[in-house]
Amino acid sequence: MQRRDFLALTGLTAGGLLVPSFLGRAIAAEQLLTTLDPALKKRLADEALNAARAAGASYCDVRIGRYLNQFVITREDKVQNVVNTESTGAGIRVIANGAWGFAATNDLSPAGIVKAAQKAAAIAKANAKVQTAPVQLAKAPAYGEVSWRTPIRKNAMEVPIKDKAELLLGVNAAAMAAGADFVNSMLFLVNEQKYFASTDGSYIDQDVHRIWAPMTVTAIDKASGKFRTREGLSAPMGMGFEYLDGDAGQKFTTPNGVVNYGLSYDMREDAVAAAKQAREKLKAPSVKPGKYDLVLDPSHTWLTIHESVGHPLELDRVLGYEANYAGTSFATLDKREQRFQYGSDKVNIFADKTQRGSLGAVGYDDEGVKCKQWDLIKDGKLVDYQAIRDQAHILGKAESDGCCYADSWSSVQFQRMANVSLAPGKQKLSVADLVKDVENGIYIIGDGSFSIDQQRYNAQFGGQLFYEIKDGRITRMLEDVAYQIRTPEFWNACSAIADERDYRMGGSFFDGKGQPGQVSTVSHGSSTARFDGINVINTARSLG
Amino acid sequence: MSIFTEQEARAILDKVIKLSKADECTATLSGAESGNIRFALNNVTTSGSVSNASLGVQVAFGKRVGTASINEFDDASLERVVRRAEDLARLAPENPEFVPAIDKQAYKPSATYSESTAAVTPEFRAQVAADSIQPCRGHGLVAAGFLEDGHGFVAIANSNGNFGYQKTTSFDYTCTVRTEDGRGSGWVGRNLKDAADFRADQDIRTAIRKATDSAEAKALEPGKYTVILEPAAAAGLISFMMNFFDARSADEGRSFLSKKGGGNKLGELVYDPRVNLFADPWHPEAPVLPWDGEGLPRERMPIIEGGKVMNLDYSRFWAKKQGKRAVGSPGNLLMAGGTKSTADLVRGTRKGILVTRTWYIRMVDPQTVLLTGLTRDGTFYIEDGQIKHPVKNFRFNESPVIMLNNIEELGKPVRVAGDESSFVMMIPPMKLRDFTFTSLSDAV
Repeated sequence: MQRRDFLALTGLTAGGLLVPSFLGRAIAAEQLLTTLDPALKKRLADEALNAARAAGASYCDVRIGRYLNQFVITREDKVQNVVNTESTGAGIRVIANGAWGFAATNDLSPAGIVKAAQKAAAIAKANAKVQTAPVQLAKAPAYGEVSWRTPIRKNAMEVPIKDKAELLLGVNAAAMAAGADFVNSMLFLVNEQKYFASTDGSYIDQDVHRIWAPMTVTAIDKASGKFRTREGLSAPMGMGFEYLDGDAGQKFTTPNGVVNYGLSYDMREDAVAAAKQAREKLKAPSVKPGKYDLVLDPSHTWLTIHESVGHPLELDRVLGYEANYAGTSFATLDKREQRFQYGSDKVNIFADKTQRGSLGAVGYDDEGVKCKQWDLIKDGKLVDYQAIRDQAHILGKAESDGCCYADSWSSVQFQRMANVSLAPGKQKLSVADLVKDVENGIYIIGDGSFSIDQQRYNAQFGGQLFYEIKDGRITRMLEDVAYQIRTPEFWNACSAIADERDYRMGGSFFDGKGQPGQVSTVSHGSSTARFDGINVINTARSLG
Repeated sequence: MSIFTEQEARAILDKVIKLSKADECTATLSGAESGNIRFALNNVTTSGSVSNASLGVQVAFGKRVGTASINEFDDASLERVVRRAEDLARLAPENPEFVPAIDKQAYKPSATYSESTAAVTPEFRAQVAADSIQPCRGHGLVAAGFLEDGHGFVAIANSNGNFGYQKTTSFDYTCTVRTEDGRGSGWVGRNLKDAADFRADQDIRTAIRKATDSAEAKALEPGKYTVILEPAAAAGLISFMMNFFDARSADEGRSFLSKKGGGNKLGELVYDPRVNLFADPWHPEAPVLPWDGEGLPRERMPIIEGGKVMNLDYSRFWAKKQGKRAVGSPGNLLMAGGTKSTADLVRGTRKGILVTRTWYIRMVDPQTVLLTGLTRDGTFYIEDGQIKHPVKNFRFNESPVIMLNNIEELGKPVRVAGDESSFVMMIPPMKLRDFTFTSLSDAV
């Protein structure tokens, strides 16, 4: 995950001129509402497919993409920046002489497209000379002309900037009134208009929408010099502006009264809670290090799933293709053969590119494969990985899992993480049921600091809110908590999972992988889960 | 076309400024041609080239600001991008912290362009991959690496008559070598100004040696150890800390550089007196552009001198509000050291741990800049001046502020940038006492 990019983005605020290049060029608001004509895209795509075939390609796919973003960035009573960006172009990938070649162009004239297709074929042929084994591409059906759209109720790009600014300034004012010293909030809105065509006979038009409304509330004790923050408890979602409606039916209140959110977010309400909790953090006692039973809210667990299950089960990492950057994986192929006991028998983890509201949900992936759900860990045992078309044969599969993605028309698509989620417990259990059996534990809400080694064994996680559990009761807030795990031991320590009534998703806009680096968006769902005897450290230090 | 001469760039920027009907207009034109090659499992996996140019235009009507950009440069496109920026400015709310465009500046050029780096060809890249792979293939070793190079230009101008133009190049190579049995891993990285100085066939030996030497790692108990951090291992921690030298955050009471009761620690002794950290855009080994993202001229200046905080990063708004002079934000970090190499530091160590590289560094507590992360690709136990054996990787929880108060000795600075640091750095290997490892990792 590359939060550095996000920090760079928010650094735009102080009159910064340069729009980060990965976001594309900036455009006026009204242009966010237009779309490219699918008939035009099909004509262009056919030009590329024909040119690639003529240049000797045995396979070709074309992605014509228009990637739109809007950012509204505020602090306290100020709108710091409003930025619109657009990036449009085509990426063409071919197989020639058994090797991949890729070229991209922002010249969407027929001549420009043809030139890029020919360049991709030439690169493929050059790569073929040094390749030791030809690409084996799993078959994908010819879907003909099909389309898919994120099922949104309100297109965020249609909401006037004025309304968005007022929403955020209202949120900030509520936080300040509730005791915050500072508040930063923003809206990050995404629309990917993607057209895919391939020599397999698919023409796929997709309109993908995402929304994120992060905030940071800061409380300061000037006398002691101490400061604490509380991040918003929202999640980035594959939804429209309706996510910010604050439906009461999507609130999940913990046994000690903290409100979490599902498929709808009340940003103002959360800002008020954040301000109060940030102040409470200033006075909260520091944790005593040791072994604790951890009760983890889904607003926290998503990141642990992401790092310790989602990444190690990406097949390209397992095979060594990411060795120089993101790393490899402890979950080697022999472990799948042996049905490695990844977690306790309560742990069922599935990959999914179809889940409504999730960041990864699309109809078809970026190499024309219809998306699906599949098991990764069943009853605690490792059963599968995430693979795309040129990897499927390695696992003895006849088809791809449908998890190929490129972050731009100009980036080559490759295997990216699907939504990877922990299935709810089969037994009827509430969060209160999980807490009441804990003698000495900590209840963690929200995601915080995160770090994991390059083979995904040793990880450390923080959080936003920590509460002590003593003899089955949540007693008081704690601070300076982080827990350290070894992945298989952690998942084998899973002793209870709340049922489906508690199921919610968290996620990230910035999952990083590849060289040159690409980002991807992904959600992870779970119900509240309990892990016994986990090592907790105290993170307080003194600078003298 | 993605690379413009100074004359061509000036002509485009002049047109843009003249087209604007706003109260003020600032424009940046940049372009680059870059190439890369990636390899893994002893094979080239991908290679490509990207050619692109972009024009960014920011205009203001009063305190309303709009930004737009485009990558076409005919007259109609230039007019379009200016009008778009103006449209967006009219839609934007007023920003009470708006600061007008900077005045005309006289930038002193820096040597950010290297002929040999600009001359890198696809054949050169293929040879780098071959030189990295060849000594591994057939020797029980597996190489995975990446080379990315580029050459381009940046030009800035505004309606106050300011103008700057400079050519740039970049060159960054990394390679991880693992033993086939997965028990050993080594790494080498080179971020260079001049590609002519690069010898993949020699550098790869470092990664190979670390991979083979790290294969029989023994477990040591986590705890506080004397460590020698190689420059690449220290760079991530120190550059991370430098992102928190913002004056406003310190004044607002939400930084490790905030003072109890209010104000900041400017001028105070925060580090060991041997810590000296400078910025200098004209440094011969680590040159950067002579202006920052807002066009403010950079200066040679101390950031930490004799352990004291000498400069914080003031935005133009905050500088004006606090009655300070705004200086261009540093683009490089130059940490002073001694003359010893990493090997010399090892020879002078009775007991300690040598760390090749640190990984997945994240903030745990901004109050103290407590960072966590892991060692990777070669961690070794030192006894009586000699490397005795490899040790399993550790997770650390350590603050660079504490670390730079626990200095035993600093070696000779070397250039580090790219993956290991968001700044171009000159950074020494450093011997530190009481470095905090909190757990073991089984990862290789």
